[in-house]
Order: sequence, then structure tokens, then C-alpha cells
Amino acid sequence: MDNSKRYERLRERYLNGGLDRRTFLGLIGAAGAAYGLQTPFARHALAAAGEVRFDGWGGVVSEAFRKHAFDPYTAKTGIKVIDGTFGGGDEYLSRVKASQPGEYNIAHLSGVFDYARYANLGLASTLNEANIPNLEYVIPKLVDVFRGVTDGKLSCVPYDYGTTGLAYNRKHVSDEEMKEKGAKILIDERLKGKIGGWGDWRTRIWMGALQTGQDPNGITDMDAVWNAIRTHRDLALKYWGSGAELMSLLAEEEIYVTEGWSGRIYALQEQGHDIGYMDPPNGYGWQECLFVLKGSPMEACEELLNFMLAPATSIAVAEGQNYPPALDPKKVDLGKKIPTLPAFDPSGTLAGLTFADPAYWNGNEQEWSKAFGRIQKGY
Amino acid sequence: MTVEAREARQPWILLSPALTAVALLLLVPLAFIVVYSFWLRTSTGADQVGFFLDNWQEALSDRFYRDILLNTLKIAAITTIVCALMGYPAAYVVARSKGNKALLLLLLMLPFWISYIIRTMSWINILGVSGAINSALLALGLIGEPIQMLYNETTVILGLVHFLLPFMVLNVFVSLEGIDRTLEDAACSLGATRWESFIRVTLPLSLPGLAAGGLLCFVLGAGTYITPLVLGGPTDAMFANLVFEAIITQLDWPLGSALSLMLLGVLGALVAVYNHFLGMAQLMKGLG
Repeated sequence: MDNSKRYERLRERYLNGGLDRRTFLGLIGAAGAAYGLQTPFARHALAAAGEVRFDGWGGVVSEAFRKHAFDPYTAKTGIKVIDGTFGGGDEYLSRVKASQPGEYNIAHLSGVFDYARYANLGLASTLNEANIPNLEYVIPKLVDVFRGVTDGKLSCVPYDYGTTGLAYNRKHVSDEEMKEKGAKILIDERLKGKIGGWGDWRTRIWMGALQTGQDPNGITDMDAVWNAIRTHRDLALKYWGSGAELMSLLAEEEIYVTEGWSGRIYALQEQGHDIGYMDPPNGYGWQECLFVLKGSPMEACEELLNFMLAPATSIAVAEGQNYPPALDPKKVDLGKKIPTLPAFDPSGTLAGLTFADPAYWNGNEQEWSKAFGRIQKGY
Repeated sequence: MTVEAREARQPWILLSPALTAVALLLLVPLAFIVVYSFWLRTSTGADQVGFFLDNWQEALSDRFYRDILLNTLKIAAITTIVCALMGYPAAYVVARSKGNKALLLLLLMLPFWISYIIRTMSWINILGVSGAINSALLALGLIGEPIQMLYNETTVILGLVHFLLPFMVLNVFVSLEGIDRTLEDAACSLGATRWESFIRVTLPLSLPGLAAGGLLCFVLGAGTYITPLVLGGPTDAMFANLVFEAIITQLDWPLGSALSLMLLGVLGALVAVYNHFLGMAQLMKGLG
């Protein structure tokens, strides 16, 4: 008998005089309280049975995931994918911290430093790799770096990679000027009021390191970097906070130059905007992974990961989101579009990209994120 | 149980759902925030449980937080004054209109039907480089290059006025509606001009509504974080943005809790001052 039927019978007894008003209201109240108490737990139980929650970067990236991965996966398995978005790894981590285990399941995390941070906070699961046979198609270097963080085990599968390079409006900044100035274009007085930048402390410090001629993974003069960040702040019109905002600012010509995510800039170019993109020497490379949080329904998550790593799915998603997949080009034919994407490495070694050293960046995270917050606001 | 005792219990029984909701949804979370503010954030981002005064010491002694708080109060004050200057005439027109009062009130409520974020973002399409104003000025040949109007303190105040103006108008309207119109006629019959009757009779009697609207605008304005995020430039942060950053970006919930309690304390003190001099009854009328 379902709950509605029970309430109808109870009401009938009350109307027929079989129950006094106080008993009737008491039973209704008790039923309400019981429902309220069991609902949060029931949601997790339901999730274990037929739902997986996935959180990603929104915009064109989420559209690609939904169209090429989640919808076909649900059609094939009957498992529903709840599709959420976040603005960055920090924001997502805060949400996870405030949640119950099992409430969030899979996240599209950026960078090995995020993976290490989540693992250090005890949020890492252990994947049963036997359930993810498509892992064999992935570039070994991308897998090994994650194994190094979690004692040889995996809590994620690598999924794609890209760069945060320099994006510029060709009507106002030439290719030659970009080659000459590199990251210093972001602190060029000539473009005052037409410069943008991501309000992310890691990116700002990375760019500051490039502007002061330092190795981003081994900064020796931090004061020079902070000064470069101050200069950028004073010349910038706006710190953007999402890929959608980045694209809007460039497309509407509110700004002429900024650093930007390679896939988003490619999307702008596809839309017909004359936006150039270049990776300066020691430019910011990153690899993204699909990270499974502790307490998630593991088999359903592993099945989804395996489905997403299948070459056909992975290539379709990559073409949709404009980031090269983590698939090894030596093992899988990646088609025609992917070799044209920015940051694509046909060798599969990724030797040309500079990634953030997780130990270095996470070791300085507390101090630098706070200091950047102050400098960003004029200090 | 006597009839008197039963009658004395009845209001509490009726109030119990609301009191339970307030206790569970406001007081308990607030207690958690108070407890959190005495913890510490470790280098990995995990919290260290204990009783530490470090966050409070930092929040109360650091010039950075004091300056941003003062700037926040300044922006909220300017917003409130602009809302009062714009809202009073509008409320007066609505209160004194005869046939179309309901329609005017409906128009006043219309903005509430649209999300606050959407309303805030709409200014990008109006003031942006390729927005409505620049496009019109360029088409008319009045300017050769688009004017940069967005992403500064003025646009933050503009966005806040857009958001808060209806609160001011409604409060002043309620106050004006409660004034006996014959008082103005009496003033005129005693030789006062219409303007003098407004200054000496209507305005003083409507001040409680103006103060209630001002309080609402100030408190809501000082606590906002979306408007500076969407319409502000690199340095146009308000205090709520610091709370957001501490909690979300830096994962420093203990410091974020101390900062949020600091803002709550300042705004709470303001409400207490208002209550001491004017009472909360007018505010309740304005809220409907």
C-alpha cells in the first residue's frame, strides 16, 4: 500500500468519527516528521540504485558531455546522470565539504594539484580498474602521474587536456606583437582598460611568473610576481569568473586580450570571431580527470567512466568541448578535428606542455590564495 | 486546565511551527557559524577543532577587512540615499494617484518576477561596449568610439539601486497611505501653500516609512555579493565577497565564519539603533 492510500484511509476514519481530531493530527504530524527524517538518506539510497551525480564546468563543456556521453549512457544502462556545474575546483570542494558522503559522485577536476588536494582531504575513492577496460587507450603518462599521488591506485581516469594561453582580438593586437611580448601583453599600458584575466590565484601567479621571466614551478622572486599581478590588476577592466564570461567579454569586445582556456577560445574561433590564441613558452598546461568521490556508488560510476572512455564517446565529447582527449594517438585513430585543436600533442608524450607541480602549488596554496585575494582588491 | 491557561497557551501553539523553523533554519546554523569561527584552517584545507581566537584577532585588527567594511558601508549608504531620492517621488505619485493605483503597484512589483541575477546581468546589455546605449549613440553619430561604462563602482551602485528601489518605494508608499489627507487640507486652509503643507505635514509624517525603507535598502545593500561580482571591476569588492572568498576559494570556513559574524554584528547594531528610535512596527507594515 502506498503512502497516499494510507493517508486517504486515515482521513476517511477521521471523517467517519473513528478517530478524534487530536489523534488524527498527531498521526499526520508523525508521518510528516518520519518523511522529513528519512528523505535525505533515501535520496542517497536512490542514488546508489539508479543515479550518478556528475559535476563539471558548465557551458559548451557540459553540453558536450550531456549530448555525447550522459544521454547515450542513460539510454544504454537506464542509470540517470544528474548533471551539475561549478565555477572552479575550489568552489566545488567547498560544496563537497558541506555535503553528506554520496551526495556528490563524479567531478571533472582540473590539474593534478586538485586531485592531490582532494586526496589529502580524504575524499578519494579507489577504482576497480578491472571494471574500466577502456583505460588501456589512455596516454600512460597521464595515468601514472595520478597513481603517484594515491599510492599506485586510481581515484580518477584522465579525460582530456588543454592549456591556458593568451587570447587576443586580432583587430587590435597583431600576431607579431603577441610573439614579441608574450605574457607581458597582459601588463601592456597601451591596452589599459581592455585587458581581462581569470580571477584565479594559480593562473594569476603563473602569468606573473612568466611576465617576470621566472619558472612557474620554481618562483624565486615572489615580490616581483606580486608586483606584476598588481600592474595587471590596475590595467585590467575585469576579472572573469567562468568560461561563459570569458567568451562574452572577448566576443563583445569589452576586452582585447586576456589569458583563456584553449577550448573556449577555439569555440569562439569556430563562431567566426577573429580571436588569436598562443601558448607562450612555459605556458600553463593542464590535464583534466573524472574524479570519483568517496562514498559514491562505485560500480555505476566505473561503468559510466568506462563508457566515457570508449573511443567513440571520448572523441565525440572532445570534438564537442574542443579539448583533446586523454586517448593515446598511437593507439586510437582520433579522426580529423582533434589534431587541429589547440594544445593537441600527436606524439602522445605531452612533452611540450608544462604542468603545475602539485606538491609545489599545494604547498603554497594557503599563503598565496590569501595574498592574492588582498592584492586583487587593491592591496 | 483552566480556560485562562488554555488561552495563554494558544498563541504559543500557533506560533510553534514558525518558531521551530526559525530555530532550526536560523539559530542552529548561526550557532554552528559561531563555533566554526573559533576553529582553525590547516594547510591541507581541513579544519582544526578547538578554541582559537586567531580568526577574530585577524578580522578585528587587520586594516584590510576594516577598509573593505567601510567601503561596503559607503556603497550601501550612497545606494540608500539614491533610492530615497528616486523612491520618494515615485511612492508619492502612486499614493496620490486615483484611478490606476493598483496598476502602478503591480508595475512596482514586476521586477520581483525576474531573477535578481538576470536583472543585474541585464545592465551588461544596456551599458556594454556593444550594448543598447553605445549602439544608439554610435548610430546617431554622437560618439566615434564606444564609451566604457561598465565594471566600476558607479555600475555597482546602479545595480544595487535597481535591485533595492522597489523596497524603498513600497515602504514610503505604505507610510504615505496612512496619512490622513485632511491634515494637508487643514494646513492649506490655514494659509500654507501646497509645498509648505508637504514640507511641514506630509514629509514629517512619512519619515518612519522613509527610515524603514532606508534600513532595508542599507542592510540588503551592505550584504550583497552578486552585484559587485557581475558589475564591478577588479577592485570593487564588498564585504560579502570577502566571506565568499574565504569560504569558497580559500576553503577557510573558520575565518569566513568570523567575517560573516562581523558583518552581522555591524548590521545588527544598525537595526538595534533603528529599533530603539523608531521601532520595528513600521518595517513590518512596509514588508506587507
